[in-house]
Amino acid sequence: MTDFLVQIHNKTYPDKQHPERVHQAIANLEFNVAQHQFVCLVGPSGCGKTTLLNIIAGLDTQFDGQIILPGTKPAKIGYVFQNPRLLPWHTVRKNIELACHDGIDARILDDLLETMQLTRVQQSYPEHLSLGMSRRVAIIRAFAINPDILLMDEPFVSLDAPTARQVRQLLMQLWRQRPHTVLFVTHDLREAIALADRIIFLSTPPMHVVRDVQIPLSAEQRLNESPIEQFRQTLLNQYPDIACLL
Amino acid sequence: MKPFFTRTRLLSLISTAVFFASWQGLAMWLNSPVLPDVIQVAEVLWQAIVSGELPHHLGITLMRLAISFSIAMLLGCAFGIALGRHQALNAFFDQWLVIFLNIPALVTIILCYVWFGLVESAAITAIVINKLPNVIVIIREGTRALDKDLLEMAQIFRFSKFKTLRHVIWPQLHPYVMAATRSGIALIWKIILVVELLGRSDGMGYQLHIFFQLFDVASILAYTIAFVVVIQLIELLLLKPLDRKALRWRR
Repeated sequence: MTDFLVQIHNKTYPDKQHPERVHQAIANLEFNVAQHQFVCLVGPSGCGKTTLLNIIAGLDTQFDGQIILPGTKPAKIGYVFQNPRLLPWHTVRKNIELACHDGIDARILDDLLETMQLTRVQQSYPEHLSLGMSRRVAIIRAFAINPDILLMDEPFVSLDAPTARQVRQLLMQLWRQRPHTVLFVTHDLREAIALADRIIFLSTPPMHVVRDVQIPLSAEQRLNESPIEQFRQTLLNQYPDIACLL
Repeated sequence: MKPFFTRTRLLSLISTAVFFASWQGLAMWLNSPVLPDVIQVAEVLWQAIVSGELPHHLGITLMRLAISFSIAMLLGCAFGIALGRHQALNAFFDQWLVIFLNIPALVTIILCYVWFGLVESAAITAIVINKLPNVIVIIREGTRALDKDLLEMAQIFRFSKFKTLRHVIWPQLHPYVMAATRSGIALIWKIILVVELLGRSDGMGYQLHIFFQLFDVASILAYTIAFVVVIQLIELLLLKPLDRKALRWRR
């Protein structure tokens, strides 16, 4: 099993207003992730987290550095985008089936739908679903391909707090049943603490790693607000430099 | 179960009745051979159908329509998608497209007959050349408007080329294909008659030409009615169901 390594020396964008200038998005960013670890990437909005995920996913190849992905070659990547990106002309079930390159066992799919509480709407079209439901479908789609690595780009943004908490818990349930290596981008520190084994704090551009913190909370502790809040306070006291990144 | 006489149906029925009534009124008032009344035209239409003349010529014209339309749509979709996806290709062919879009139909028809002779293939070629640029432009527009997010999704989840075309690109192009189909049938109808008038010895255009020489207005109107009915049938039995099927996922 190869390790998962991200090493980006330099990633630049041409400045749209001033073509002679370039905008440096990422500089000397480096980290690696152990198998089946759940890692949250936390950083301010607009710091280039989506760019980072697109580089890892292979959508963006214009950079200086290397990405080593775990598992088979080419690695199977599950990507939960910020918008669900479902095919509106196919049903929920068909959307998931289409994503599975080698097909999917009907029972496994039934299971996934059951866990995410979507069995009832599996024959519906995405436009008839709420945003929370569409997000859950997108999460199943990424899990269904049994990926070597799962990328999630703020999948709970613009959900109301109770819905976000519900989907988060469903995600954790799914992930405990089927552990995968996860990179989860968010700018919400509480969310990151509730989910991750480890949090990597990222800076404003040019983006690099500011802090790399392990989260030692148990599954039960993560269900309650107070241990999460407590841990957040400890973190902020211990590393005052991350406060300005949130 | 919806009642057969819905408000819209009733309105369109009344509007049709009003149209025929005004025609009849005008014809009776003018009382001239250039505008026969509804009953006269209906008789001529019936005669033409019973004698087999109208079905024969209408059938031939429909055949030409079907063949040239299929060729134009197939080529047009292929070229349109290619030009919409590849900038260099588009830059190269853009001028050609503008030229072919603006050549008068009559010029292509005459040139085709001169170059290829008064044969069926020349007629079909002339129609296709007239229709093709129109399809290409519409499909190219549709291809440019494709959702990049969904294409990225297809790339990440390793959709094959064919799967991407069938499940991601084609459904997005559907409204454009339907627009090209509707405008295409209308355009081909108009051109096909000129093509037949100039160089074929059968088909609706040929017949209309004869009626014009004989000053037979009743037959011209009878053929026109047959024409309109056929177009309505195509819309009702072919295009509308296609629309419904493809758009069932919409809210």
